Amino acid sequence: MKLDFSSVWQYWPFLYHGALLTLKITLICTLLGFILGVLLSLLKLTKCKPLVWIANFYTSIFRGTPLLVQLCIIHFGIPQLIGVTFTTTQSGILTFSLNSAAYVSEILRGGIVGVDKGQYEASMSLGVGYKDMMKDIIFPQAIRSILPGLVNEGISLLKESSILSYIGAVELLRAADQITVLTFRFFEPYLVIALIYYVMVMILTVFANRLERWLNRSDRVS
Amino acid sequence: MIAFHKVYKNFGSLKVLKGIDLNIEKGQVVTLIGPSGSGKSTILRCMNLLEKPTSGEIIIDGQDITKPKVDIQAVRKNIGMVFQHFNLFPHKTVIDNMTYAPIKVNKISKEDARRKSLELLELVGLSEKADIYPGKLSGGQKQRIAIARALAMEPQIMLFDEPTSALDPEMVKEVLQVIQDLSHTGITLVLVTHEMGFAREVSDRICFIDDGQILEDASPDEFFSNPDTMRARAFLEKVL
Repeated sequence: MKLDFSSVWQYWPFLYHGALLTLKITLICTLLGFILGVLLSLLKLTKCKPLVWIANFYTSIFRGTPLLVQLCIIHFGIPQLIGVTFTTTQSGILTFSLNSAAYVSEILRGGIVGVDKGQYEASMSLGVGYKDMMKDIIFPQAIRSILPGLVNEGISLLKESSILSYIGAVELLRAADQITVLTFRFFEPYLVIALIYYVMVMILTVFANRLERWLNRSDRVS
Repeated sequence: MIAFHKVYKNFGSLKVLKGIDLNIEKGQVVTLIGPSGSGKSTILRCMNLLEKPTSGEIIIDGQDITKPKVDIQAVRKNIGMVFQHFNLFPHKTVIDNMTYAPIKVNKISKEDARRKSLELLELVGLSEKADIYPGKLSGGQKQRIAIARALAMEPQIMLFDEPTSALDPEMVKEVLQVIQDLSHTGITLVLVTHEMGFAREVSDRICFIDDGQILEDASPDEFFSNPDTMRARAFLEKVL
């Protein structure tokens, strides 16, 4: 048995464009998922019960069903129902953003609820209003416990974007599939994309660690 | 200054306060003592509405703060509170802890807030700690900063909820010293504490609370040397 990477290099533009799509979808969905997740978590923290129920129901749907099934419903199911068709990229962005929002809202809610209740009491006893308290006192503390969760969410988005190959989007995994068809080599293309995923995740991790250190600067002993 | 009329507080089915009547004059130093779970902290926390009474009136400076239309923030900014666990903001430096509410709530300028806070830091003997984070302070230092932070709002009333209970023994004194210094400034002080010697020394009045009621309300000498009720006597025997 011998390895032959030359056939993979020959088709490197496939991988390049695949990786770009993977990155693009990850970035857009991380951003949209975060924005939607913030809104959802705000609903969950209100005192209005029906809003809390709606937000919790939303979360349970997206956490309680497989991502691939959600993708199929949005890409194949909904167009049949309402007559609009989505491109594979659109379906991917829609599904991943909605799905990510559910997880992000839980991460945010957990972080905010996790801030010591004494911090609320101290703020209130100083006459600080709710909005300022959340913005200046609670959220800056919550973000430290939220950040690792958000990074994990970003990493899983990056990796799970590979299921978009199922609906035919030419992201990284699909690009490797195409190379296998053209070269009849399986091990090398998949090994190479595994490596590409790994490097992308590592870059994300290093960046997140830096950010975390910066956020925790008040803990450092000088 | 502070008046309670028939104040009741329930937590679910648990009755914590059972008809509290209390009058505290301006400038007085009043200490609430009693066994744990007696409701003394709850009385304190009702004074700035960290707990809302189930029924009854609480009059602060002539205003019934239990009425729904009351501007709670305006009431709270005149009432400083010091907590058992300090509750400093860990992500802000000492000086930022102190200037945050004066700037945000009282709308005073950054320069004025800073100048005032530095004065207060000197008062509590921690001038050199202005620019460090609370994480690097000892418990006693944290509590002195917490007191200074509350004072920075220039409150008329200060509430102390077991301010030394979470401290190592050797740090209790430095905090009590600061509170004692405050007792001569004309600020109304209400304390919950287990430091009986200190309570006796610093208070104008002692209120003994048991089972959600004020059983005794007397001068420190009267209370400690000759308590009226059996409950108070039994309590003092255990703690003295």
